[in-house]
Amino acid sequence: MVETTVSRAAKATSPRVAKRIRGLSDRAIAWIFVAPTIFLLLAINIFPLIWTIRLSFTNYRVNRPNKDVEFIGLRNYERILTDTDIWMTMQATAHFLFWTLFFQVLIGFTLAWLINQKFRGNDLWTTIIVLPMMLSPAVVGNFWTFLYQPQIGIFNYVVAFFTGADVTSFSMIGDINLAPWAIVIVDTWMWTPFVMLICLAGLRSIPDSIYEAAECDRASKWRQFWTITVPMALPFLMLAVLFRGIENFKMFDLVVQLTGGGPGNTTTLTSIDLKREAFERWRTGYASAYAVILFVTVFGLASIYVKALNKVKER
Amino acid sequence: MKKTHLLAATAISAATGLAATGAQADELTLCWASWDPANALVELSQGFEEESGVSMSFEFVPWPNFADRMLNELNSGGKLCDLMIGDSQWIGGSAEAGHYIKLNDFFDEQGISMDDFIPATVRGYSEWPKGSPNYWALPAFGDVVGWTYRKDWFERPELQAEFKDTYGYDLAAPETLEQLRDIGKFFQGREIDGTKVYGMAIYTERGSEGITMGVTNALYNYGFTYGPEGDPYQIEGVVNSADAVEGLEFYRELYECCTPPGSSDWYMSENIDAYRSGQVAMQMNFAFIWPGVNADPDVGGDRSGYFPNPAGPGGHFAQLGGQGISVVSYSDNIPGALEYIKWFAQPEVQAKWWEMGGYSALRAVVEDPGFATSQPYAQTFLDSMAIVQDFWAEPAYADLLLAMQDRVHNYVVAGNGTAQEALDGLVEDWVEVFEDEGLR
Repeated sequence: MVETTVSRAAKATSPRVAKRIRGLSDRAIAWIFVAPTIFLLLAINIFPLIWTIRLSFTNYRVNRPNKDVEFIGLRNYERILTDTDIWMTMQATAHFLFWTLFFQVLIGFTLAWLINQKFRGNDLWTTIIVLPMMLSPAVVGNFWTFLYQPQIGIFNYVVAFFTGADVTSFSMIGDINLAPWAIVIVDTWMWTPFVMLICLAGLRSIPDSIYEAAECDRASKWRQFWTITVPMALPFLMLAVLFRGIENFKMFDLVVQLTGGGPGNTTTLTSIDLKREAFERWRTGYASAYAVILFVTVFGLASIYVKALNKVKER
Repeated sequence: MKKTHLLAATAISAATGLAATGAQADELTLCWASWDPANALVELSQGFEEESGVSMSFEFVPWPNFADRMLNELNSGGKLCDLMIGDSQWIGGSAEAGHYIKLNDFFDEQGISMDDFIPATVRGYSEWPKGSPNYWALPAFGDVVGWTYRKDWFERPELQAEFKDTYGYDLAAPETLEQLRDIGKFFQGREIDGTKVYGMAIYTERGSEGITMGVTNALYNYGFTYGPEGDPYQIEGVVNSADAVEGLEFYRELYECCTPPGSSDWYMSENIDAYRSGQVAMQMNFAFIWPGVNADPDVGGDRSGYFPNPAGPGGHFAQLGGQGISVVSYSDNIPGALEYIKWFAQPEVQAKWWEMGGYSALRAVVEDPGFATSQPYAQTFLDSMAIVQDFWAEPAYADLLLAMQDRVHNYVVAGNGTAQEALDGLVEDWVEVFEDEGLR
């Protein structure tokens, strides 16, 4: 018999060690492999979550190490849920979420459908279209502040060119009516390519044979679109909405760079407000309760949505 | 053999550890905001490095993130900074949380007297509780909100004539807030040398402290106070008094009538940019920018003038800026940090600090007969430092500041509600903070 490296190593292993290794069951070996992951998960996800929930019932402030921490029951939750300012930030977040998803799905799907039409140079167009999402959100936020600048920004000039309005007569990020739309426009510009790519993957996964069969049945292009393209691409579209929905619910960097949450509180989204409570006002207990409420909201909505997504996939 | 290896390893570890400790003793890290004076301090500190053999490193953070970054560092007991030039409002919180070491004994040992510094800076940057002889910092950089104006534009005969015809008095650096508004209106939208210009750049920034540092310059001068003497937390009817409401309305009027479009989130750097690029006739800003303005090739020298915050119907005040230098209690090199403060407090170092563009708060420097004429802005600095008022410096200052940022920005920039509603809301917010703090 030829002696291999493995057999040489086996021979060299002392009988005591060999016995111990042979003594491990498959289940034990599985645990050995899984344990580090579980430990990490507990340490960096579960433990902080439990700790946050615990803090949410206290008046703890991280910047007051010398102050006694008191258990205050549900007072933080009560204050948050009855605070009109927080409801305003919820409204701002809902506005941002709804309109960004609406425009990104509409434009993203349209672009994907156009790119899928296999024309000359469509690879080049795909590359050009996806460029915005490759940029850092902070950079995007920063340079859009220049684009929106009423005196030098190109945005006002373009709008003025098409509408005849005075260039400096409006300020996208300084006006309470326009600022919520200013952040929607930038997020849509940046993330529509992402939705487009997912939709494109969905469209390309539809076998040509289905369209050929529809052609044989003399189905019109319109009918093919509504009965083949849309239903088969729908799970992908829903997945894109899920990703973008979660991302935009916790939107922070882009909006902070762009408007700082202003003017007033017009574009203060919940994540910006939460950050202020936790790391500017240092109301740790209060911010923990706020975080728990947001977590439950996102988790609940995402669970409902994922169930719907699975139903669509099963169809 | 094994024992020998173990001993050797222990010895190497110990030696390395000792070497590391030794290296730390020769190093100091100073934390401050990233701005022009910080660059001057780096240059100034070379003198300390040469004298002491200690190597200095610096951690500078841009103003909008300065408080976030540094308060995080202090709250987490971080050892990054041995010396902290922290904002004046941090003094209460940092003293009570034990972030800074108390300097009274050190000052006594070294013969450093707080009487040698401008009283407003001692109160603003060093004392906690306010008015008590407990010192947590050495006044490092005196600063105050003041104004810069385009002297060359103001001196144009055709503009002077037109202004006098319109307003009935001479176009010059304004002495009252009403005059400031008139001049702002006069320049707003005017074409100068083929460029459309605007009245003034004022603080409107929302994210950190900007609009509060701006609006207080109007509020104080209309009679706003934080609370009655002796019972500062009974603020109802004081913070939201009729005078305060008028002051807030005035600031909104300035924003509406006389600022460039899109200036809805401007603070120090945006105001500097607007002024340097010739967009505005006047800018509100802290005095630290004046050396830079004076040296600017486009707007510097005789083209610019400086004036203190103009008086209002309720008084004559200006918002205090500036910082003190403190020793961080978590530092591994507290003796080295104290040595730096001792060096920095020397009159000759303070004089050099002023020469390099740092605003010394040492009376020997600012009361020197030659000081007022040493720079075109020196007299304005002195006049401004004589009228300063500061924001709250309580441990809960961040709560108080952010509430004010929200309420004021919401009224002045967003135009939501009335000034009375904004200040009533502010009173509610502040009362809640004081109650949470057990102060009332």
